[in-house]
Amino acid sequence: MRILISHRTEYRFTEPQARVVQLLRMTPDSHLGQNIVDWRIEVDCDARLKSRRDGFGNIVSMLYLEGPIERIGLSVTGEVLTEDRAGVVNGAANLLPAGVFLRPTELTTANAAIATIGAPHGINGSDPLGCAHSLCDEIHERIACTADRSTDMRSAAEILEAGAGCSMDMAHVLIATARAAGFPARFVTGYLSDDDAAPQQRHAPHFWAELHIPDYGWIGFDPARECCPDEHYVRVAIGLDYRDAAPISGARIGGGHEVLRVGVEVSADADGQLQTQN
Amino acid sequence: MLSRTAGSLYWIGRYVERAEFTARLIEATIRLDALSPRPAGQGAWDSALLVAAADYDFGLTNETRSPLNISRYLTLSASNPSSIRSCLDAARSNAKSVRTALSRDAWEAINRAWLNLRGRATTGGNQSTLSIVEAIRAETRGFEGALHRMLRNEAYAFIGLGAAIERADNTARLIDVKYHLLLPDGERVGGPIDRDQWTTILHAVSANTAYRWLYSEGLKPWLVAELLCLRKEMPRSLAASAEEVVMHLNAIGKRTGLQSEADRIARMRQSTIERTSIDTIFSQGLHEWLSATIADNGRIHQAIGAQFRFG
Amino acid sequence: MAIERAFDEIWGSSATREGRPEFAALADWISSTPPAELDRRQKAAEAAFRQLGITFAVYGEEESAERIIPFDIVPRIFTKSEWSNLSEGLVQRVEAINAFLADIYGARKILKDKIIPEELILGNPQFRPMLDGAKPPHGIFAHICGIDLVRTGPGEFWVLEDNARTPSGVSYMLENREAMLRLCPELFEMFPVQPIDSYPDSLLETLQSVAPRPAGKPVCVLLTPGHFNSAFYEHSFLADSMGIELVEAADLEVDDDMVWMRTIEGRVKVDVIYRRIDDDYIDPLVFKPDSLLGVPGLIAAYMAGNVALVNAPGTGIADDKAIYSYMPEIVKYYSGGEAKLPNVETYRCREAGALQYTLDNLDKLVVKLVDGSGGYGMLVGPTATKAQIEEFRAALIKEPQRYIAQPTLALSTVPTLTDSGVAPRHVDFRPFVLSGSKGVTITPGGLTRVALREGSLVVNSSQGGGTKDSLILAGDA
Repeated sequence: MRILISHRTEYRFTEPQARVVQLLRMTPDSHLGQNIVDWRIEVDCDARLKSRRDGFGNIVSMLYLEGPIERIGLSVTGEVLTEDRAGVVNGAANLLPAGVFLRPTELTTANAAIATIGAPHGINGSDPLGCAHSLCDEIHERIACTADRSTDMRSAAEILEAGAGCSMDMAHVLIATARAAGFPARFVTGYLSDDDAAPQQRHAPHFWAELHIPDYGWIGFDPARECCPDEHYVRVAIGLDYRDAAPISGARIGGGHEVLRVGVEVSADADGQLQTQN
Repeated sequence: MLSRTAGSLYWIGRYVERAEFTARLIEATIRLDALSPRPAGQGAWDSALLVAAADYDFGLTNETRSPLNISRYLTLSASNPSSIRSCLDAARSNAKSVRTALSRDAWEAINRAWLNLRGRATTGGNQSTLSIVEAIRAETRGFEGALHRMLRNEAYAFIGLGAAIERADNTARLIDVKYHLLLPDGERVGGPIDRDQWTTILHAVSANTAYRWLYSEGLKPWLVAELLCLRKEMPRSLAASAEEVVMHLNAIGKRTGLQSEADRIARMRQSTIERTSIDTIFSQGLHEWLSATIADNGRIHQAIGAQFRFG
Repeated sequence: MAIERAFDEIWGSSATREGRPEFAALADWISSTPPAELDRRQKAAEAAFRQLGITFAVYGEEESAERIIPFDIVPRIFTKSEWSNLSEGLVQRVEAINAFLADIYGARKILKDKIIPEELILGNPQFRPMLDGAKPPHGIFAHICGIDLVRTGPGEFWVLEDNARTPSGVSYMLENREAMLRLCPELFEMFPVQPIDSYPDSLLETLQSVAPRPAGKPVCVLLTPGHFNSAFYEHSFLADSMGIELVEAADLEVDDDMVWMRTIEGRVKVDVIYRRIDDDYIDPLVFKPDSLLGVPGLIAAYMAGNVALVNAPGTGIADDKAIYSYMPEIVKYYSGGEAKLPNVETYRCREAGALQYTLDNLDKLVVKLVDGSGGYGMLVGPTATKAQIEEFRAALIKEPQRYIAQPTLALSTVPTLTDSGVAPRHVDFRPFVLSGSKGVTITPGGLTRVALREGSLVVNSSQGGGTKDSLILAGDA
């Protein structure tokens, strides 16, 4: 499938900033089942952009802007060819052993409830892949998926308690329970092309998880949609949790007031904001 | 030199100067209070608050406007950012972070002044206030002495720059207080209270003797104003401060090879003051002229921060 | 009590006080100088420290509680051959630490060869996955190590801890010597002592040697969290003695993957940063997002190879207490020979057998938190109360993986001035090992910490420890 992505993010500052430094994780890489034909990040003001790979294998770009800055517009456009590989990730640049992804983070620390959910799905059973699937289904059942991005960062335990969350929240819960069950699990940032979804949901960046399954390796699981990623998914960055894989981590120097963030996605074509073609 | 270091040195200069000025102001106010018949002494303390630009903030504390409360507010209050204590806290904190840019003498003078005031909770009556104030003045004199023995490098220039900017501000506000300090009913301009007030102003900047050296006539308000505004021989005058700012900026420019906005407006102010006579000032209105001077000084302060990247 | 068996470094045995033959002159000096005179000199030294502002803050106390670390006037002495043996062991150990770090953030051969259990590294918070693949300039990670040693007999030295993050204390080494030269010059006539005042020069050379590119004169800076930090005196002292800028995070900015400092003349490119800020606070874009101490983009500049960070971020994995127990294997793996400096035997409570042994012998062991430091979170069995032991027992059962246990060593003692005259007190020793592109340098000296309370084995300054000058003899008399 050919996916065209055009994604625009705009930052506005209530006061001009002297300097802005941002770390962008917005560039996908090719691997089996995902071929990047074209990809560009454009900034609509004078800026320096430097790219490299981080420890997780993500392509990251440092964005340096000299003030005064009142707003920044970032647009990402690209063309990706995908195929359905039933969630199996192969050939992605990541040198870290799976064992790294067993460690808890602040957002994915297990509590008793998380351990209880994980327990029946342990990695040491006879069918670890089946366990991973049933774990993903269980998270899907327990947490009502909200279309809008959560505005605050909540820990997996808090999300589970609340029983509702966005795709990022659900990924965190799946990661926490999977680690409790003994599966190395990592967070994935990407895009989802979903023709059936309501117009606003169709274009939002999407988050899911990957679990390391004995004999298979890394396999993606999307608890928000109760499935493994297929040709509708574009995988951009991974990490232990959202903080390692966030599309943007930023710091600014200047008059300390609120940052107003406006996420706007626009289309490459006239009839849709994120369009797919066969 | 790091911009932050320059900024800290500049603020050390400002805060030590402000602490010293506030000490002088309190001393002068106690004197004026003592000279004035009751309840006129109250006016002396109110005007001290005005000079220290602390009138509004004092109002927020809901304390009664008694001489004791006001003198404590100006001396020891931690909630008054310009009290002597707060100034010394800030000066020491800056000094600590740039210890190595200061001479040991200079650091010790600031540290001693800070230690001295640290344990005090109350000023007590006028006598003990006077003793605190006298001790502060001795320590700041010690700091000035240490400064004179310092290498004439950028560090010296930035401290001097801060002190000169602060001094101009303080002196202008001190003279301006005559505008706020109303004479009690029945007192006439040129009468004994008016005279006391002018004497007190001279006293606050240690200029009584200087006045007599420079002017053979008796105490005349416009001459006092001239002395404090325009006479370069008088170290605390606005003219002398303006000259000192230019001198320090020149010294820094010579070392860095760079000159900019702050240099330009500081030179402009200096030549404007040189060309001004006291008659022009009075015809324009002393208060108006002083207000403009204070605003100018603020602009130079801003330009210094921007030019050396610590503003 | 341990103290009865302890080896005294000057007196040989604390019971006889006859003096080891090589230090008989010092033993004489101690016995012939009246305690009142020693006390006068000690007070003079402490007064000088206070005036210089060599203070430290104790966590949990107000700023008004700025304290000086007590100084003891009786020095400790090492013979030239003791020192050269120690040096060899230190060089071997620090070279192994650097090889280990390069391996862990690179090929991870040591894990593939199953020398260390993989999960001990991969799951360790001190192993920073975001820095994987980092290649610091000249391949050096731990440029400055403070290796804590203890001694139990004439030739018996043990490594207690490897400090490979931002070890402190070197200013005490230097200031203690200054005080001794001033107050006890006769000692230096008695013994030819190797000078240590070259340390700042060696440190500067080390910093300059690891600059990313051979520039004319690399710009080195010392990055401090600021003057509220307990080690600020040391930061300003070192910056000053090296003649480099002492910067705070706000003085630095990263642009185009390069680091710059803001000066009154514009911005100046920085090549080497001796940072005294912990990893967690160094770059808010990568580590703690709310850190105000950090420089946004610093890790990007480091990963791009445009700046040397001294020590490199992520070195904490090398001095982690859980890794410590594998150090003999690590040293052997990278150096090819047996470790010249042995480790103290360590029970890893994460292992069931070790946990059981520890629980059965709590009254004899020293139990430590694997991520604790400064003497916090530590149980010294032989001197602990019943309640303390039970408290640790509960904690061990709850989270055994957080603890290690070690036998209580009969730490050596050194004569120390006390309220009741000169008496033996337990000590440890921290030499500072510098690794630059031209090799390893060790200044002949170090920080001797002394437990001032009789019988105490805890030398940490936060727990009432003091310091002594440490003399290394120039020749073997």
